[in-house]
Amino acid sequence: MTVTTTKLVLGDVHAGDPLPELAYPVTATTIVLGALAARDWRPMHHDYDFAVNRNGTKDIFMNTPNQAAWFERFLTDWSGPKGRLGRMKFRMKGSVFPGDTMVLAGTVESVETDEVGCGWATVLVRLTVNGDLKTDCTARIALPTTDADNPWTRRGDQWRP
Amino acid sequence: MSDLPSGVEKLIDQVQYEEAGEFPVERGYIYTTCSSVENGNPLFWDDAAADAITAGPIAPPTMISVWFRPHNWSPGRTEPAVPLQVHFDLKEIFELPEAVMTDNTIVFYEPVRPGDRLRTRQILRSVSAPKTTKLGTGRFWVIEVEYLNQNDELVGIESYTGFGYRRGEA
Repeated sequence: MTVTTTKLVLGDVHAGDPLPELAYPVTATTIVLGALAARDWRPMHHDYDFAVNRNGTKDIFMNTPNQAAWFERFLTDWSGPKGRLGRMKFRMKGSVFPGDTMVLAGTVESVETDEVGCGWATVLVRLTVNGDLKTDCTARIALPTTDADNPWTRRGDQWRP
Repeated sequence: MSDLPSGVEKLIDQVQYEEAGEFPVERGYIYTTCSSVENGNPLFWDDAAADAITAGPIAPPTMISVWFRPHNWSPGRTEPAVPLQVHFDLKEIFELPEAVMTDNTIVFYEPVRPGDRLRTRQILRSVSAPKTTKLGTGRFWVIEVEYLNQNDELVGIESYTGFGYRRGEA
């Protein structure tokens, strides 16, 4: 398990900055554990025969909520615990199967402070297998503007994701 | 001019399937989810860190859909319940036996905390004309799910794009 210890503040971050890459060897256990953790009982995420003969895929494959959880982990490994996700959009272009080594790589697209003083970074994340893009993700994550700032304290109109 | 059946057209932008989660947000699933992706964020493992940063434990924001996924079986139920019922309704209406999700957008508002009882409601936003992809021929649709907590605070909005299809027609 990775322990998140970084404490990023907005001033540390600039457009074009890369995020530390994450490579992970995916097994059938990865797929099934992720699906069941998400309470996703659909058979294409645990039943090889169903995935191949009904869905027409080559194996069971990673489900959407678990991919979201992987993206969140990737982003907060970078930001530290004060990083607060505001928005995440992702598009699946291909599936992730047992035996794949998935690689998550990210780049800061932009940095801004909104009208209520909240610091934001927009990050582009790519999930690839053998260089092939499987999912791309655009995330907007709030970062503290100073060591004393904490985006998690924002509520109501002060939080504009 | 739309080629949609009038029954489907009438559903667009209508709130459907307002329902409460079957159980309160709980830490067991939080730990299992963090374990599944090896997420060591101390907000989910260290109560002192959670107290200091988030005023107590929270769930990972991306778990938002977990809390409304129904049990696969429960007493009195004769068929497995399905999440995102609008998606399955559309598969049935258009007689499309297979489906995949292609796009997913989640916007996060109030943090979700252990003990919260979430409510959801589903809203069909659009259905495309027939399309052919490498998977087969079918239709794309966009469904939004709004999530609220027991205080009627918005905790998130999730938007799914699904593609329902029939194989072998590509």
